[in-house]
Amino acid sequence: MSSFFSRLTGRRDASSAETAKERLKLVLIHDRTDISPAVIEVLKDEIIAVISRHVDIDRDLVEINLTQNNRESRLVADIPLINSPKKRRG
Amino acid sequence: MPATVVTITSGKGGVGKTTATANIGVALAAGGQRVVCLDADIGLRNLDVVMGLENRIVYDLVDVVEGRCRLKQALIKDKRLPDLHLIPAAQTRDKSAVSPTDMVRLADELRPDFDWIIIDSPAGIERGFRNAIAPADRVLIITNPEVSAVRDADRIIGLIEAEEKGPAELILNRVRADMVKRGDMLGTADVLEVLAIELIGLVPEDENIVVASNRGAPAALDGNSRAGQAFRNIARRLNGEDVPFMNLDESKGFFERLARLVRPGG
Repeated sequence: MSSFFSRLTGRRDASSAETAKERLKLVLIHDRTDISPAVIEVLKDEIIAVISRHVDIDRDLVEINLTQNNRESRLVADIPLINSPKKRRG
Repeated sequence: MPATVVTITSGKGGVGKTTATANIGVALAAGGQRVVCLDADIGLRNLDVVMGLENRIVYDLVDVVEGRCRLKQALIKDKRLPDLHLIPAAQTRDKSAVSPTDMVRLADELRPDFDWIIIDSPAGIERGFRNAIAPADRVLIITNPEVSAVRDADRIIGLIEAEEKGPAELILNRVRADMVKRGDMLGTADVLEVLAIELIGLVPEDENIVVASNRGAPAALDGNSRAGQAFRNIARRLNGEDVPFMNLDESKGFFERLARLVRPGG
């Protein structure tokens, strides 16, 4: 009956199997690489420091993520540049 | 041809390693192939009781390794199948009584006389696990559709890759089609997506497994057991046959299906 009411109200909770899969995916990303979220934060800070020594970047929008595809792990960094009209600092 | 060594392992305990070892061994031997099942779980032996051979043990794995008997003396013949044998683990020793090198030497000694050597690995990732995978030509990882079991399977997959024993193949055990259907259990596709390895077996939850272990007669001997059928399919796939995976949803018996017709949605 709960499915009847949830359909009626248009709300749908994730099934416990979906929750299990999402939790597994997250936990395995860190199990597989031995890189904790805390380490990612440190990496992020240091990458920002290094890159902003050379180019202007939007620090608040920098994202460093661990991703996985078929058991291969990679770090993906998305670092937005600031396209300011002003001259580059030299 | 010398035997292929297949190690069955899981990381987590209680997911069905010993049951799978016994049943796959039985299924291969029932097909006329020469099989030895080897219990590598020293200190916590159980393959003997699952196979119903506990009363025939004189010597064990550690006796062979320490030279107290010849290998042939520790080989127990199965009661039902002439081509099936067991080498039991020692019960009063621990994993350190045997080394990975001992296991490789033992397997090499067995290879000429058998088609299959099936090794039942202990749980964990320590010495006992290292012993069990050392001589493996193929590694089957068994898991259940639960977060903790899948997580441990993933860890084992990584270790097998690191040891260059891969690619490991997966047995998904104790699947309940009714729970998968209502979204309360991880399905085969979910587990395969997360683990990204090949599937070699899909085994439904089956009360017959408990009955079989009560009696010491593996379910693969029972033509009516669904899990037994699934293990027989795994044996055929090990032999290179292309066997379609069971549609677990058909597991409903005639009366259950009838009941559903009479009481839709019930």
